[in-house]
Amino acid sequence: MKIKLNIWKQENPKAKGKFEKFELDGVAEEMSFLEMLDSLNEKLIKEGQIPVAFEHDCREGICGSCGLYINGRPHGPGDEIGTCQLHMRAFKDGDTITIEPWRAKGFPVIRDLIVDRNAFDKIMAAGGFVSIDTGQAAEANSILVSKIAADKAFDAAACIGCGACVAACKNSSAMLFVAAKVSQLALLPQGKIEAKRRALNMIAKMDELGFGSCTNTGACEAECPKGISIDYIAMLNREYLCASFSEAE
Amino acid sequence: MSKLESKIPEGPLAEKWSKYKASMKLVSPLNKKKLSVIVVGTGIAGAPAAASLAELGYNVKVFCFQDTARRAHSVAAQGGINAAKNYKNDGDSVYRLFYDMIKGGDFRAREANVYRIAEVSNAIIDQFTAQGVPFAREYGGTLANRTFGGVQVSRTFYAQGQTGQQILLGGYSALKRQVALGKVTMYSRRQMLDLVIVDGKARGIITRNLVTGEIEKHSAHAVVLATGGYGTIYYLSTLAVNSNGSAAWQAYKKGAFFGNPSFVQIHPTSIPVLNDYQCKLTLMSESLRNDGRIWVPKEKGDKRDPNTIPDEERDYFLERRYPAFGNLVPRDVASRASKERCDAGYGVGKTGLAVYLDFRDAVKKQGEKTIKGKYGNLFDLYEKITGDIPYKTPMMIYPAGHYTMGGLWVDYNLMTTIPGLFAIGEANFSDHGANRLGASSLMQGAGDGYFILPYTMTNYLADEIATKIPLTDTPEFEEAAKSAKERLDKFLRINGKQTATSFHKRLGHIMWNNCGMSRNEEGLKKALVMIGDLKKEFWSDLKIPGKADELNQELEKASRVADFLELATLMVTDALNRKESCGAHFREESQTEGGEAQRIDSEYSYVAAWEYQGDDKEPKLHKEELKFENVEVKVRSYK
Amino acid sequence: MSKFFTSSIGQKFFMSITGLFLMMFLLVHLTINSLLLFGDGELFNIAANFMSSNPIMKIIEPILAIGFILHIFYASYITLKNMMARPEKYKVVNKTKASWASKNMYILGGLIFIFLVLHLINFFWKVKFGTVSTISYDGGQTELHDVYNLVAGIFKTWWWYDAIYMLGAAFLFFHLTHGFWSAFQTIGFDNEKWIGRLKTIAYIYATIVAGGFAFIPLFFMLKYAI
Repeated sequence: MKIKLNIWKQENPKAKGKFEKFELDGVAEEMSFLEMLDSLNEKLIKEGQIPVAFEHDCREGICGSCGLYINGRPHGPGDEIGTCQLHMRAFKDGDTITIEPWRAKGFPVIRDLIVDRNAFDKIMAAGGFVSIDTGQAAEANSILVSKIAADKAFDAAACIGCGACVAACKNSSAMLFVAAKVSQLALLPQGKIEAKRRALNMIAKMDELGFGSCTNTGACEAECPKGISIDYIAMLNREYLCASFSEAE
Repeated sequence: MSKLESKIPEGPLAEKWSKYKASMKLVSPLNKKKLSVIVVGTGIAGAPAAASLAELGYNVKVFCFQDTARRAHSVAAQGGINAAKNYKNDGDSVYRLFYDMIKGGDFRAREANVYRIAEVSNAIIDQFTAQGVPFAREYGGTLANRTFGGVQVSRTFYAQGQTGQQILLGGYSALKRQVALGKVTMYSRRQMLDLVIVDGKARGIITRNLVTGEIEKHSAHAVVLATGGYGTIYYLSTLAVNSNGSAAWQAYKKGAFFGNPSFVQIHPTSIPVLNDYQCKLTLMSESLRNDGRIWVPKEKGDKRDPNTIPDEERDYFLERRYPAFGNLVPRDVASRASKERCDAGYGVGKTGLAVYLDFRDAVKKQGEKTIKGKYGNLFDLYEKITGDIPYKTPMMIYPAGHYTMGGLWVDYNLMTTIPGLFAIGEANFSDHGANRLGASSLMQGAGDGYFILPYTMTNYLADEIATKIPLTDTPEFEEAAKSAKERLDKFLRINGKQTATSFHKRLGHIMWNNCGMSRNEEGLKKALVMIGDLKKEFWSDLKIPGKADELNQELEKASRVADFLELATLMVTDALNRKESCGAHFREESQTEGGEAQRIDSEYSYVAAWEYQGDDKEPKLHKEELKFENVEVKVRSYK
Repeated sequence: MSKFFTSSIGQKFFMSITGLFLMMFLLVHLTINSLLLFGDGELFNIAANFMSSNPIMKIIEPILAIGFILHIFYASYITLKNMMARPEKYKVVNKTKASWASKNMYILGGLIFIFLVLHLINFFWKVKFGTVSTISYDGGQTELHDVYNLVAGIFKTWWWYDAIYMLGAAFLFFHLTHGFWSAFQTIGFDNEKWIGRLKTIAYIYATIVAGGFAFIPLFFMLKYAI
């Protein structure tokens, strides 16, 4: 099939970007979306043009590198998929596809469709861990954890840090990302000990980095490739409120 | 440096590591503050290593090419991580785990190292659990285990099908904690271009800032490579697209020996190539073979809908060839059998390079619901990619490159032949011999990073306390930075017609066909010539758009492909040298009458460690003889 | 704790608390208003006069006003900050599945605010500072504001007032469908079980409140048209 593309091009973080139009013929249905972009780039290079920069790595929906805003949806049409798991059978011959980078103050564009998601690292460094050094751990079965709590913690821990939640949210809020980590560790006895401090510090960092606040639209949950529920945002709110009302600063 | 010194401590196997720890040199806390270490790579070996070294008090600089440490490809490991906890009371022990690994590796691994990794395996589970890794649990609250990779005990810990992701995030969180404490400086979006050696010791690296294109010099008292495997040399593999062998290759060219480069594990159940633009193959868990039956049509080129082909016209070739194990033969055997059928012209699908993995009988017998319960998420994943529904149509699968047992040669200290240069995780040749057992790669990486390297590194640095942090404006650094820059400029200057990807693809074809699942002398020799020609063509007809001082993904690729073109020659040379079949290395000349692998212990019971001699010179082979004092060397058979 | 007031969750917390408070007020308001439907206005007038003269209500009235002001202030502040979190907008309008109301709470709130101003001018202002005819039900011992007459007068005289009030109720309906369960989500009350229940309760609540308020002009229209 033949596809028309409308892609955001921006040379560097400071440059002014604009949309450029491309046409690509011979797109096969079984191609993945990124393979379609690969073939566009191969074509562009051969024609002596600059290819479109986009991020990708594992191409099986787990590393969280890829993230494109396709026709108005983070990771494109389809539920619980990363951009790399989107296939061209979701489109028709003659379709126009508009591809934009994630847009958020916390995610500045580096080049074309690549954004800087370093903010997530900073939020994690603010408290997304259990303070335990190598070698200090007790025997693994010495602390029992209910299967229900472990499973729930796992569902939250499935977050791949792609940033689709921020991209989908009308407020560019990173609450689902933070909620997933805070909840995961608050649900487990190993992480419970510093849960209050964690919630306070991670939220403070999130606010500082310019992400918006959560107005409970649920858009994050709808676009999360791992289907992480906004239940965890309620849990984060709970953790945060309890911490605020009880923890001495 | 011609003699390989493995530096294995004296004494009984079970006491070597304790003895080492008891007698190693130490560094006082005050001195630790003055010492620095560079860690390249943030996977399941690199992140734990960096965090643990920082916790000890060293100053650590960490590098990764991804935008964040959490994306290292360990994240994609599915199945699990082994440990000799014996939680199941089923007779597991450190020795049993050690023995399984030695045997699984087809007796081509070093006893002392393997025993040590088995010994630390339990502490790894403790550590990850304490970090808040949500491992699967029983209703009673204890950790759950499952069987994996055909061993007789249940020792695999898991977090659904995302064990790699969960434990990597455990290591990543420890790393982030040290970043916050200021003990780790994180350099993401950096590609290592060269290793810098000063007075015979590894003292730093040259990197390219992938955003600005700036060439940077970084120095330290020691350098750790945790840069993973080079399976993407096949172009199509189960690895992440950007995984590469460049860091290890640069180290090799600076004098580190390369161990068993031709040992690559091919995984039998991957989704086959669907089109020409594909650059990645997705793994389907090995567990599918418990209920799926593998077959091809009895007639060549039979293009009928598989559901309309009656049983008597199907060739269930694994069940036919291996009646005892059937569809459950080990990975290497299954892979080779599928390849044999496809090469003979019986393959299915558009390309003819696929076999059916059919669940028709399982669905009939157990019901769709039961099958869904067992494999639902895998079937969904398959459907997402192919658009076919495995409950109704047989899956198509084909083997794919998966894990490299080969890597930088290291001694018992995990140090390469360059003093001060360490290699951990998949980047070293270490513990898996000629074939890796399932769920032991995460164990080895994490074990190296958490519980082995921090000790051996301290032992090394104890002699470095008098050394000031090396300056980066020395001639050695200047020279390395200059040549790295020149190399990049050279790529840009060629201004030919073909893309880096197209060369990579062609190299992949050569390697897959001649140095993949099965190898023979003729093919390997042919491959040497073809690689040589391709390399020449690469350096005269490469097309790289853009500039060096900007984000330029094509330039990154070119640099990797250039390294792969050289590494390929070494892999083939190693495969040519080893005229026996062992583990994943199958030399067609060395097989039994029944077509099974034939090891030749009298001649090849050694690790092949290759020394770089110059770009156009034959590398020099060093042999580390393998002594088996604690296990009986046996023949593997699955008939 | 001091950081709490400036944190994103803290600000949302005040939205939620004031929202819950206002929702309670709406129920009381509707309960009183429903008396309009019964009899010739005596019940309603007694209740309305009781509400405006009761000393407790004198205290609650300014609290209610503060509730409104805080709710509006925080909404404006948060909305502005949230808009700043995405300096460069998307070209293609977001197509992510999310309820229309949840994405347009501020606009709905703004429309309700305009309605509220009109509503206050219509009734509150007139009762408080204006001239409203009085009526006595106990033979002239106590004179009450004839608020019933005021309401009935407006709704029967100008049909477009009826339309505006029904429209206001519609805005309120959408605002409440999201606002109700969102308030509980923000104070951390939700979990996987309650999230579904609260969304259902939100629709029931919104239907009762908005339906109730919309029915009153309709009632007068029908009553006097026939």
